Amino acid sequence: MSGSIVTAKNLRKTYSNHDVVCGIDFDIRPGICFGILGPNGAGKTTLMRMLLGLSPVSAGKYTLFGRPVSDASIHSRVGVVPQQDNLDPDFSVRLNLKVYAGYFGISSKDAEPRIEELLEFAALSSRGDEQVSNLSGGMRRRLMIARALINDPDLIVLDEPSTGLDPQARHLIWQRLRSLKESGKTLILTTHYMEEAAELCDELMVLDRGTIVTRGDPRTLISEHVEPEVVAIRGLSNELDAIELCEGLDIRREHIGDTWFCYGIDARPLVARCSERSELTFIHRPASLEDVFLKLTGRDMRDEA
Amino acid sequence: MRYFQLTPSHVLAVWRRNFLVWKQLAGASMLGNFGDPFLYLLGLGYGLGLYIGDMNGIPYMAYLASGILCSSAMNTATFESLYSAFTRMNQQGTWESMLATPVRIHEIIAGEQMWAATKSLISGTAIFMVAGLLGGIQQWETALLALPVIFLIGLAFAGPALAVCAISPSYDFFLYYFTLAVTPMFLFCGVFYPIDTLPTFVQLIAQILPLTHAVALIRPLLTEMPLTLPWLHLGVLAFYALAGFTLAAHLAARRLLR
Repeated sequence: MSGSIVTAKNLRKTYSNHDVVCGIDFDIRPGICFGILGPNGAGKTTLMRMLLGLSPVSAGKYTLFGRPVSDASIHSRVGVVPQQDNLDPDFSVRLNLKVYAGYFGISSKDAEPRIEELLEFAALSSRGDEQVSNLSGGMRRRLMIARALINDPDLIVLDEPSTGLDPQARHLIWQRLRSLKESGKTLILTTHYMEEAAELCDELMVLDRGTIVTRGDPRTLISEHVEPEVVAIRGLSNELDAIELCEGLDIRREHIGDTWFCYGIDARPLVARCSERSELTFIHRPASLEDVFLKLTGRDMRDEA
Repeated sequence: MRYFQLTPSHVLAVWRRNFLVWKQLAGASMLGNFGDPFLYLLGLGYGLGLYIGDMNGIPYMAYLASGILCSSAMNTATFESLYSAFTRMNQQGTWESMLATPVRIHEIIAGEQMWAATKSLISGTAIFMVAGLLGGIQQWETALLALPVIFLIGLAFAGPALAVCAISPSYDFFLYYFTLAVTPMFLFCGVFYPIDTLPTFVQLIAQILPLTHAVALIRPLLTEMPLTLPWLHLGVLAFYALAGFTLAAHLAARRLLR
């Protein structure tokens, strides 16, 4: 078992002769928040479904808590927060939790104190008797997180937990997820938001086209893959203009849409040059995970796969 | 068969979820259960009964009541297992939320099938009472035995309907099933008249359909007609229930666990 919660060896998923996950190896230690990043079609969702036993593994070896995922009993140790809202629209907030507890064999009587605890955790105590359809997007997501905790799981799997939420709602969710981690739970999450990954994850895995592009903790990934400073510039007329602007400086350029991203160890000379040209708008900032992501997975638009 | 390794508490939890939803709207749902068959019995039983008089030696009202009891058990289980189950499977993600728990796909199917049969029993009981009031029940001593049989009839129709649900791309698809299976059974399986009036090959087809066997069990229980070959009829219904369950579990797994 080697102490890992998840162990995947040469894990592969094939749909009609097409590899969606191309034989990847990874393991997830207990007590950390593990992030799976990648553009649309990278294989994140398929991988998550395999992790949860919702999609049979085509080849390779995969264990959860040291057991094969076909073992139904492991599901009682896992909590799942899907991306798609699948709360029961016919039930109140409390009844949603009570019915869900029933799937784990938890009786209504045993579930009751737990439900009150979870409502408090999800900041929904005053909404317990409300119909789910009356809740805002943020509240529904918090309820889904509460629901995933009803069985006191050791592992919580979240698929894009804050997609589509306003900043206040996102920060509340992040805070709750951090407190779960502090209480010793293991978290696996997929996200499109680099900020979210940087805020929450101890370890990241970037997927692209079904393979692992890189893996590590956020800070190491940034220092390994990109220069520490970035100047994002708009208003340059063409590539030649950009080359001229950076002339004689140790700068690496990336062109995305109407913006030139200029990376360097010390960007101050470039900032000084930009300041002299009033037609340019620019931002000088430290490099982030987003820069790593764009560098590794390319800048082309991805279709939903 | 691995599909028959069922944890009773999981199946019950699925059933209970559907029951709790039904309970919230029980009033409206019961009205439909009473209303439709009541109109059939009143309209056809009295209207047509006046001209027909007796059929197979019993008053037409009694003849029809036992038939309608069976066809409504069929309809109730079929509707629940097609439209309502499809909503839970496809629109609301209810099945998916269950799959994130220790409940497995075949247990969901079993719970759904039990629930659909429960609804057949609920509506069957309603018709049973209406039929009793309208003089459609002749043999009260055996009539109560009809209730557990109605539950079995519900299982027999829910199983195949859940299999259809599991392969259906949309709600529109169900129309095929109604036109090709449910409506022909409604008309040719002895609900309104004895099947021995039909051409021989139609009779042969009717003999393999579950509604024929449902009627053959229920009618003798409610009326003075003699009960023949009860184990055969029970066996056919049990076969449809089990085969439908196995097929539905297989197809649902193929659809959801890809």
